[in-house]
Amino acid sequence: MTQPQPASSRPPALELRGITKRFPGVVANDSVDLTVDGGEVLALLGENGAGKSTLISILYGLYQPDEGTVSLGGQPVRIGSPAEARKLGIGLVPQHPLLVSRHSVAENLALGGGQASRGGGLFPARGVAGRVRELSEKYGLEVDPTARVSDLSPGEKQRVEIIRALLGGARVLILDEPTSVLTPQEASGLFRVMRELRADGRSLIFISHKLDEVLDVADRVTVLRRGRVVGGVPTAGATRESLAELMVGRGVDFTRKRGAALARGEVLLDVQNLTASGSRGLPALRGVGFTLGRGEVLGVAGIAGNGQSELVEVLAGLHPARGTITLDGQPLTGGAEARFQGGVAHIPEDRIHSGTVPSMTVADNLALRGYGRSPLARGLARDLKATDERARQDVEHYSVATPGIHTPSRLLSGGNIQKLILARELHGQPKLILAVHPTYGLDIGATDQVHRVLLERTNEGAGVLLVSEDLDELLSLSDRIGVMVGGELRGPFPVSEVTRESLGLLMGGAHPHSIPGAGQGVVA
Amino acid sequence: MRFIPLASPSAARVGLITLASVAVALALCALIFVFYGVSPAEVYSTMLRGTLGDSIGLAEVGRRTIPLLLIGAGLAIAFRAQFFNIGGEGQLLLGAVFAAGTALFIPLPGPLLLPTVFIMGALGGGLWALIAALLRRLNVNEILSTLMLNYIAVALVTYLIAGPWKGKDVRGYIYTDSFPDAANLPVIAGTQVHWPTLVLGVAVALGLQWLLGRSTFGYALRVVGENPGAARYAGISSARVMTVVALITGGAAGLAGAGEVAGIHHRLLEAGQISLGYGFTAVIVAWLARGNPALCLITAPVMGIILAGGDLLKIDLNMPFRVVDVFSGVILLCLIASEVFVRNRVVWGARA
Repeated sequence: MTQPQPASSRPPALELRGITKRFPGVVANDSVDLTVDGGEVLALLGENGAGKSTLISILYGLYQPDEGTVSLGGQPVRIGSPAEARKLGIGLVPQHPLLVSRHSVAENLALGGGQASRGGGLFPARGVAGRVRELSEKYGLEVDPTARVSDLSPGEKQRVEIIRALLGGARVLILDEPTSVLTPQEASGLFRVMRELRADGRSLIFISHKLDEVLDVADRVTVLRRGRVVGGVPTAGATRESLAELMVGRGVDFTRKRGAALARGEVLLDVQNLTASGSRGLPALRGVGFTLGRGEVLGVAGIAGNGQSELVEVLAGLHPARGTITLDGQPLTGGAEARFQGGVAHIPEDRIHSGTVPSMTVADNLALRGYGRSPLARGLARDLKATDERARQDVEHYSVATPGIHTPSRLLSGGNIQKLILARELHGQPKLILAVHPTYGLDIGATDQVHRVLLERTNEGAGVLLVSEDLDELLSLSDRIGVMVGGELRGPFPVSEVTRESLGLLMGGAHPHSIPGAGQGVVA
Repeated sequence: MRFIPLASPSAARVGLITLASVAVALALCALIFVFYGVSPAEVYSTMLRGTLGDSIGLAEVGRRTIPLLLIGAGLAIAFRAQFFNIGGEGQLLLGAVFAAGTALFIPLPGPLLLPTVFIMGALGGGLWALIAALLRRLNVNEILSTLMLNYIAVALVTYLIAGPWKGKDVRGYIYTDSFPDAANLPVIAGTQVHWPTLVLGVAVALGLQWLLGRSTFGYALRVVGENPGAARYAGISSARVMTVVALITGGAAGLAGAGEVAGIHHRLLEAGQISLGYGFTAVIVAWLARGNPALCLITAPVMGIILAGGDLLKIDLNMPFRVVDVFSGVILLCLIASEVFVRNRVVWGARA
């Protein structure tokens, strides 16, 4: 993969040799070799826990490697801190922007900007504004330096982070899962910027789970598995399947996981004319109506912020709304607890901040839904034996990898936290499963398991409302797919009548009738 | 020197670091005594001899432990729910007011009087804290509201003892008449240790530990305290939990206030005489116990020693009584600073 460069050629912009990093009980990186040339985009691919984050942390000076060397332009360097990394020309665009939201873009960039903020005297932000415009034009990084960060979209915030790295003189730019917060349109904008930066001779390291993106934007791929480099291939000639196989070490089929779309059976959930306000009092749902059959998977696509979150929260009893909802012929009312008991399971969007209590043990987290009732409680007292017993069963049944049931859930990987949530939510026999981005950030193995579990439940008659940003996931699991746009639901359309392209156009606000193939069979 | 985050600090580590931070605090205080012109050795030996060295000293520690234990155990619960009650002082005073009002003005048969005094005391403290819990629903920070309510409580006590409740036979003094005998608590002979309140304190500390660890409410409380987002998701009402927590933490402080007036003073008198800053010192008691009510059974006497020792420093070494505030302040600072050592491993030496 990383053959030594011939002596005559220029040394690579960045070279890692034999990087090893151990943590108690884990070898996070095991003699990792990696090179990036100037004017090259290298994708770093690997499942959760493969060692990508550790490698980035070493490059950015957050960790010191136990063994191995890092060289820049052929010179071995020691990167003791992020400040030193920046001085050496290594910039990091973090997955979640680290910006002061009440400050303007220029003020954020002037903060700790060093050289960049010179020329403004007591008002460093003024000095920065000019440089920002310069960079914006050169690389197509459109950002208004005077805008407040709180008014920016996720894509714009990311551009600010890229500009910050460039202002710091970054020649090597690390982008940590940059597309995870972006809409497809914003992502393609990001790729344009990445190509401009590459054309300018900079080196980019691009971390992503999404194989299509990797094939689209990267020149070469280095694949990590369990801390080791297991492969390095040019993207030319690689396919999704070949990359996925490298990643997980076995073939993964990308065909539709669900058989033929379900013939519409008995109505399970009937939603009529739902209206609700969002957090800022603006309308978030405008007359949403649909039905969901027994055993059906209804996919909901949409760009974040078009009412999907509110729709799920309303159904889960977490958000007030007007309109009627009936489940199994009964009006669905009450708070979150009552609805869960009534058969509504909820796999929430944010598994850390709402799905679990990270400081609590696995057993306590598994009790979050039933802690106050028999069999997990007797009167006002919890039955800790029963709680532990259920936890042991759930951990085994869903193969949650955890050192023990009394380990804080914070120490589990994302995939295992999601399995924990599934175990808890699917306990008993929920009639309706609200699954929001259920596989976001999960590796292929965990994704497969989540999908399998959800489909199993539909065989038992449960209906699934699947909200996802991953169109492939929606197309592979759903019987019908609706698109949320501006608080309205377009569709749902039978899955056979939609494509990635037609869904993308609908997400962008196109009217269904203007899209060939998407107009027929409209139910709503 | 670098900090490396620990996955989950062990109980032994937490305990050792807590002890170490107290030791550092005592060393820092020793430095202050040197600058004050007193030998630290003399200060500490005076404190230890006069508190743990004889039965009178022990009784003095015991007297101060009682309110610290009650308030501290309640605060431990409040802190676990992220309800930062800094108003133990005011809640103690309201407990004293309600208890005194009951003892002085409600004619009840003898055996019923004392229980009623305690119940009313708990009610007074609980309601005072409830104000802060309700204000919190309107996004008023409870640190500010509970702190401010302390001053209102002091003013209320002053108003009552100088105005409508001023005793008939007290001439120029401002305090109420003495309670009827049936409203006075028994004490351990020759001391001011009103043992029924002490027993109550032990029961409250153990009861609250059970509540926290074994009850369904304690579970809900921890979810609310440790992840409000998950509480909302699971349909646990944070507002309701906060209401109950306020009643518990305020109620415990109110019990302490009732114990002070019924056990020691036998009348309502000036706020500064009822409480020696118990409400604030109890914050340290709860913090030392790291949010475990039962551990207040250890930490309350520790702070009791410092409060009683401060008295001795005033008498024996002619130091100002406020020296106990120096102790409390330095200990609290060291404890807060020690959090970083609880959560992180320290690696010495240059960067690798």
